[in-house]
Amino acid sequence: MYRLGPWARFWQLELPHAMPNLIWNMMMSVSGGWFFVVASEALTANGQTIVLPGVGSYIATAVDQQNLKAVGYAVLTMLVVILLYDQLFFRPLLSWSSKFKPESDGTGDLARPWFLTMLQKAGLARGFRLAFAAAGQGWNRTGGEAFRRGLTLIGIGRDGPMDRAASIPKWVERVYDVLLVLIVGYVVYRMAAVVRTQIDIGEVVHVFYLGLLTAIRVLVLIAIATIVWVPIGVWIGLRPAVTRQAQPIVQFMAAFPANLFFPVAVALIVRYHANTEIWLSPLMILGTQWYILFNVIAGASSLPQDFKYVARNLGLKRLIWWRRLIIPAIFPAYITGALTAAGGSWNAAIVSEWVHSGSTTLTATGVGAYIAQASADGDIPRLILGTAVLCIFVIFLNRLLWRRLYDYAAERMRLDDV
Amino acid sequence: MANAPSLIEVDHVFKTYPVADRGERLVLDDLNFRLVPGEIVAVLGKSGSGKSTFLRLIAGLSEPSNGEVRYRGQTVKGPVRGAGMVFQSFALFPWLTVLGNVELGLEAMNVPKEERRKRAEAAIDLIGLDGFESAYPKELSGGMRQRVGFARALVINPDILLLDEPFSALDVLTAETLRGDLVDLWQDRKIPTQSILMVSHNIEESVEMADRILVFSSDPGRIRAEIRVPLPRPRDWNSPGFRSIVDQVYTLLTTTPGGAAGKRARGEPGAQQAEGQEFAVRIPDAPQQQLSALIDTLMEDRYRGRADLPDLAEYQNLSVDDLFVLLDGMQLLGFAHVGGGDVELTAAGKAFSDAEMDERKAMFRNHLLRNVPLAAHIQKVLQERPNHRAPAQRFLTELEDHMSEEWASDTLDRLINWGRYAEIFAYDYDTETFRLEEPEEV
Repeated sequence: MYRLGPWARFWQLELPHAMPNLIWNMMMSVSGGWFFVVASEALTANGQTIVLPGVGSYIATAVDQQNLKAVGYAVLTMLVVILLYDQLFFRPLLSWSSKFKPESDGTGDLARPWFLTMLQKAGLARGFRLAFAAAGQGWNRTGGEAFRRGLTLIGIGRDGPMDRAASIPKWVERVYDVLLVLIVGYVVYRMAAVVRTQIDIGEVVHVFYLGLLTAIRVLVLIAIATIVWVPIGVWIGLRPAVTRQAQPIVQFMAAFPANLFFPVAVALIVRYHANTEIWLSPLMILGTQWYILFNVIAGASSLPQDFKYVARNLGLKRLIWWRRLIIPAIFPAYITGALTAAGGSWNAAIVSEWVHSGSTTLTATGVGAYIAQASADGDIPRLILGTAVLCIFVIFLNRLLWRRLYDYAAERMRLDDV
Repeated sequence: MANAPSLIEVDHVFKTYPVADRGERLVLDDLNFRLVPGEIVAVLGKSGSGKSTFLRLIAGLSEPSNGEVRYRGQTVKGPVRGAGMVFQSFALFPWLTVLGNVELGLEAMNVPKEERRKRAEAAIDLIGLDGFESAYPKELSGGMRQRVGFARALVINPDILLLDEPFSALDVLTAETLRGDLVDLWQDRKIPTQSILMVSHNIEESVEMADRILVFSSDPGRIRAEIRVPLPRPRDWNSPGFRSIVDQVYTLLTTTPGGAAGKRARGEPGAQQAEGQEFAVRIPDAPQQQLSALIDTLMEDRYRGRADLPDLAEYQNLSVDDLFVLLDGMQLLGFAHVGGGDVELTAAGKAFSDAEMDERKAMFRNHLLRNVPLAAHIQKVLQERPNHRAPAQRFLTELEDHMSEEWASDTLDRLINWGRYAEIFAYDYDTETFRLEEPEEV
């Protein structure tokens, strides 16, 4: 209606609208990032051990030298760093971004972060905001218009009403599809060629079998985490006061890179001669189980108050309460959490099924170990095979299991419309 | 009827809620009430008067801070099994079919499957949804969903029906139909329910349905008065008897015990007001645009500056809550006077309506500065400061000394609406500051 060209539309309409979600997901991504930054700081690849300066390598070295105090310092440092990140950066950002929400919640869930308030009082944030607002206005008046015109000239962006701008000509879509198939086909062909040179069909089947083992591990672990954390999450989520206290703690746990504890786990397994097939598995879910917990908390805390009244008025007890009210109500949130946790666990499999600590290397049978071993040996064909098998498993599980469950949840259990 | 054994007794009941670092807030003050078999009682009051809290205390979903609630002579200590509840939001479980939702209460009582199904189907038939048993709530319209809500409550054969604004979320026609159906079922004794207690904020609806109306006052909630409605059913909204009772209720709702609207608008009751801090007074949620529109309406030929409140509410299609809030605003600014079930524009109000845009702003500005101390206070502070700017937080903190954070925030927001129109100040949302100069062109 206001004839916003696509660039203006992006900055003025789409980006601000997406802002709260964007920032929230950014927070979550950073958590995942920590894990892999730490993991990548002490890499064993291609026969070489590459050590980057960082907390990850610090801990690895500390455990090698059996220096418990150093390990403790490292963990403490990590705690402080994540706390700072959270308090000084993400929470204020999240609170600021809530101004972009079209309607306000009114539930007062985001307490004014102390750092944001402090900044605002200090005038620094105000300075930034004034500068940003002024810059935006300046851009709008000068560059923005010219930019839009320029885009129109070269064919991107429209001068006319917005609906015309939305459609892509059919032939462009067709070309895109064909290109996609060609590129993917070529890549698969090349990969198969490389793999075929050194590996026989028997080993390929074996790798699929390894993938199956890892898949079973992931599913079993998710099941255990579900049984443990869902009741706790529901209990927390139904009590707003407890939720307010617990949420930040759980998010913090999710952000903490679990692999900092791996060397400790290795030491314990070695000491007690534990079966690595079983006892290395928990490492896969150590960092990702929190996704199940805080999604369930979020789901339970968004249960409408009236539903709780209905439950008490009709006298819904124990089994019925769970079966007819709580489980269906938190199902979409749970699936989101389980899906994320599963995905994270697959990733973690690569560093959990083959754990290397000083002179000790523990392995479990699975595709994660296969990949890690191939990586350490610099064996490219096996690396390609292993990774491809992992991807195939994840895609299949995603499509067949998680996708189906998610769609079912979305269809049946959406609360917002009723 | 007075000697019949009561179904519900509310005995000197008080209810307080803890408020973050302000101690406690009294929500219900010394309530006494009896519900006897064979009657429909309506509970009427503005929002915030604690009517829903009252209902929940009776349902056993909440406990009184003091005093006792009794059901059939027994002290209520938990959810009352003989009470069926219906909610404004319908509260149907989206993952269950109509049949599933209605069966829920019976399932909880361990009624065997066959019997459960039969009874649920009978209830669904009774409220007119036969054929929709396997539909999901999202496939139904609002009226149909509430019928399911009624079926769910009725299927457990409750002694009393507790209704929390059951028709408020429905459009006018659907509400009317559903009300009529409910009263028919009640009169023909097709349902085993002995009494109905209904919370409402719609005056006509209450007079149409109830035998007795409890009028609540707010801050804190008290039973202000009880009005009997001896009219035979079905009741005609236009009959003189009906209109007279409606008028009575409006009068009760517009005159607070102990004085003018100004007192109603004050912050915590009994709060000590320090020297020079009289500006900490709550402002009603009455945006300037709506106030102007209402003033203009009152100057139409139909009213010529004076209107009967029920008539005005119907003409403007305003609920009790919406109308009274605007009346509060008009009275606070000195543009109208409310009393005896009527509203009358003051001379200033009439002049405001006749004036052109600029003159209106000037008049609004004068009245605002004169009658709302907070506006004058902000203006004074802005004038005194060398750069003519002040952060909102400063005023919020001052207000919060006398009222809760939420009230303070609401009050300031509403004043910003008035102040901007009156051009007393400009307000920058991004930086949350007030300033004296004209706002920038965007």
